[in-house]
Amino acid sequence: MTEQRNLLRGETGDWEVVIGLEVHAQVTSNTKLFSGSSAAYGAGPNENVSLVDAAMPGMLPVINQFCVEQAIKTGLGLNAKIHLWSRFDRKNYFYPDLPQGYQISQYKDPIVGEGEIEVELDAERTIKVGIERLHLEQDAGKSIHDLAPKESYVDLNRSGVALMEIVSKPEMRSAEEASAYFGKLRTIVRYLGTCDGNMDQGSMRADVNVSVCRAGNYAKFVETGDFSHLGTRTETKNVNSIRFVRQVVDYEARRQIQVLEAGGTIDQETRLFDVKTGETRTMRSKEDAHDYRYFPDPDLLPLEFSQEFVDRIAASLPELPDAKKHRFVEEYGLSSYDAAVLVADKDKATYFEGVASGRDGKLASSWVTTELFGMLNKEGLEITESPISAEQLGGLIDLISDETISGKIAKQVFELMLDEDKGKAPKDIVEARGLKQVTDTGALEAAADKIIAANPEQVAKVKDKPKALGWFVGQVMKETGGKANPQAVNAILKKKLGVE
Amino acid sequence: MADLTTKTIAQLRDGMRAKEFSAAEVFDQYFTRAENSRALNAFVRFNVELAWDQVKASDERIAKGEARPLEGIPMGIKDLFCTEGLETNAASRILYGFRPPYESTVSQNLLDDGAVFMGKLNLDEFAMGSSNETSAHGPAINPWRREGEETKLTPGGSSGGSAAAVAARLCAGATATDTGGSIRQPAALTATVGLKPTYGRCSRWGIVAFASSLDQAGPIAKDVRDSAILLNSMAGYDPKDSTSIDRPVPDYEQAIAGGVKGMKIGIPKEYRLDGMSQEISDLWTKSAKLLEEQGAEIVEVSLPLTKYALPVYYIVAPAEASSNLARYDGVKYGVRVEDDNIHEMYKKTRGEGFGAEVKRRLMIGTYVLSAGYYDAYYLRAQRVRKKIAMEMAAAFEQVDLLLTPSSPSAAFGLGEKSADPIEMYLNDVFTVTANLAGVPGISIPGGLDAQGLPLGLQLIAPAFGEETMIRGAAALEEAIGFNAQPTEWWR
Repeated sequence: MTEQRNLLRGETGDWEVVIGLEVHAQVTSNTKLFSGSSAAYGAGPNENVSLVDAAMPGMLPVINQFCVEQAIKTGLGLNAKIHLWSRFDRKNYFYPDLPQGYQISQYKDPIVGEGEIEVELDAERTIKVGIERLHLEQDAGKSIHDLAPKESYVDLNRSGVALMEIVSKPEMRSAEEASAYFGKLRTIVRYLGTCDGNMDQGSMRADVNVSVCRAGNYAKFVETGDFSHLGTRTETKNVNSIRFVRQVVDYEARRQIQVLEAGGTIDQETRLFDVKTGETRTMRSKEDAHDYRYFPDPDLLPLEFSQEFVDRIAASLPELPDAKKHRFVEEYGLSSYDAAVLVADKDKATYFEGVASGRDGKLASSWVTTELFGMLNKEGLEITESPISAEQLGGLIDLISDETISGKIAKQVFELMLDEDKGKAPKDIVEARGLKQVTDTGALEAAADKIIAANPEQVAKVKDKPKALGWFVGQVMKETGGKANPQAVNAILKKKLGVE
Repeated sequence: MADLTTKTIAQLRDGMRAKEFSAAEVFDQYFTRAENSRALNAFVRFNVELAWDQVKASDERIAKGEARPLEGIPMGIKDLFCTEGLETNAASRILYGFRPPYESTVSQNLLDDGAVFMGKLNLDEFAMGSSNETSAHGPAINPWRREGEETKLTPGGSSGGSAAAVAARLCAGATATDTGGSIRQPAALTATVGLKPTYGRCSRWGIVAFASSLDQAGPIAKDVRDSAILLNSMAGYDPKDSTSIDRPVPDYEQAIAGGVKGMKIGIPKEYRLDGMSQEISDLWTKSAKLLEEQGAEIVEVSLPLTKYALPVYYIVAPAEASSNLARYDGVKYGVRVEDDNIHEMYKKTRGEGFGAEVKRRLMIGTYVLSAGYYDAYYLRAQRVRKKIAMEMAAAFEQVDLLLTPSSPSAAFGLGEKSADPIEMYLNDVFTVTANLAGVPGISIPGGLDAQGLPLGLQLIAPAFGEETMIRGAAALEEAIGFNAQPTEWWR
């Protein structure tokens, strides 16, 4: 990790950018972290609010065991250390949508410690990003300021909903890496079923920490662990798409370099991202920073569980993206990147396995990623809405593999399955439409003879230019309505034309 | 008809079941007396209509032979317990008009056992105080007066309303809460019995929180047996309170029998404070002797960390309070002082809603938790607290109970100590340790001082040692034979 990558050129020399992400992921759970009210999205204002959520006098929190299990699951999915003893703290501040006047969070003793995940950037580059910690905390409610001229409204439906805050180490070095990491986290939690990853509903959002330093200083930081080698960071809050993460890093890096090169300094501050302009702006500076007066919540006992409890959860984990990726590479002979593209979405991976299982993996991968995904993309469909089932596509590949049809005819069948022959088995389509490959040597030889006889000029040419053989192959294919086996045609023509 | 208000809960219970008198008659006498005793300012709110419905239901049950343990017993409820549909304001202006849509677990337990709620009792604002003077309703007044004087005295705090009401026989028993001594000190100042159970024995759900790690509900009653009867109903595991402990509730009333023969009772020498009054010191010695005569072995024990208990308490309790009281912000319920700016609204609401003592403690609490001071104050206090608890636990390896005075002085005049918060805080000097260690304590009347004012004695037991504690307290109560009553100057 110490090599200088992604250098940014400034007026006065090269810079490096350093990024860390704090991702808030809403725990998939029917009920809230400390109360029995529903955590469902989309209810009417203040419909999912219990006495505890509204912080009525004398109300007490009781931890939701399912949310704890979800956090452990996620920790395991991040290859992280699970802490058998952790504790909830109160983070104190006043805000109308924070009914208790404090948020119950985990400050000093989080449930999950250090971990590491693999993040694929492209076919060649996979990086590792360290996880600092994961902790559980309550979400706040929502303040609505535009319903009345002088009043604000508060909706407490989200108040008390369980969040996991997943904090990365400052190990990402470009907008590309940061956004790929965010995407990978989303993939992992969706695989685990611990967060639905619906960013437009606020289920997943990132606080993006960005700083820049002179080229070479990051290496010094890695060597010494001394943060003074890094620049002052800014934190851009609540970034809720993979693309926006990229924009924030790009914008912030450029802005900070400009400020520094003009002789200015970077303030450690909280910033907001403006989706419309793609820019960030100051939300509050360090001077306005709250003193949150964290202290252990005396209403809750420390959170303790046994290693056996963790082991039971570990045993119930689904296959995770990285494991699946490695298995796809081994079992189906895919490239690491192709495998990563397939596993990025659990449903896509499942579809692929439905097609590839027991068949030629590379052929399956090419059909799924090129033809099928291309078609879905064009139609704007999700994999789960695919008009062609994995079974159908698998059947099609079988027909190619046993040389019943050529790849070209297969594409024709593929189109038919989308349209006229929707839902039909490829085998039946080929049968009904007489698309079977012609492997009858006699028929092929006759066709070849016919073409050779009709084109003496081409025959003469091919003696000097063996590459012109392709033209003859094409003609024979045309003659047979595309059903000829191209390899067989090739062999026959070579023999007849005396080409080696 | 006889004066039913002189009867204990046990006597009322047995008399109603024997049909000697009805729940209606009991209630009527208590209620009439309470109404004629407004001068004591013990009740801040009566619950007449609901109470009468409860009384009728109780008489029906008694008639059918279906009486529950507290059937028809008229009780007062400290106004820190949320009572469904009945205003609960913790003696704070900030909660004026707040009617909880829920019933606290402890008060619900009492209702389930047939108790009748007469109304809500006065207290120090948010239970912060030792004299009832911080109440937004003005202080409850102690029914006891110095001989030959008319000076109004404090019933103690924070459960001063509960103690005054029981001492003046305005209710048969009362709920109370104890964070640093708020059950035991008022009991001592009013010649009543106040029992603070082990932390986690009674649910805190629905009790307006002061300091979560210290708050514990308990009864104030006329005698030890009554306190045991009330605890039977109040105690129990509550899944809604994560700090409540899942452990069966024994029959505490059964525990009063047996005496102290063979018990080892410790006298912690560090409780003998410099400047302690001779009367309290003599009472302490005398009661130890009484226990010895009953067959207990009296041993001196040492609790050297005792002197740190009060400072630790006055860091931990305000710290938790500063966070617990953040919810009173004018946004959701209670009082709001309007302003267009949210921060101004907070300032005005909290500035006008809280009294001076609450503000003082919120500021202390905010200070000790703030960046740069946390380690020096809060963290350090928590470490010392752990050591105090360990020291206490070690003492209970040598002895079954500890005997101490309940409070450093008898009831004092209103206004006499309110100018100096430190002097006021010293009231908790004998009681806070039990809260910090989470162990139970009970205060019983020990005798009268030279001015005719009650003095209390405290027994402290190890965690969940309530039965031993009740047995010891019952034996000491019997040996002392205290039976003085205040002169009824207020009616």
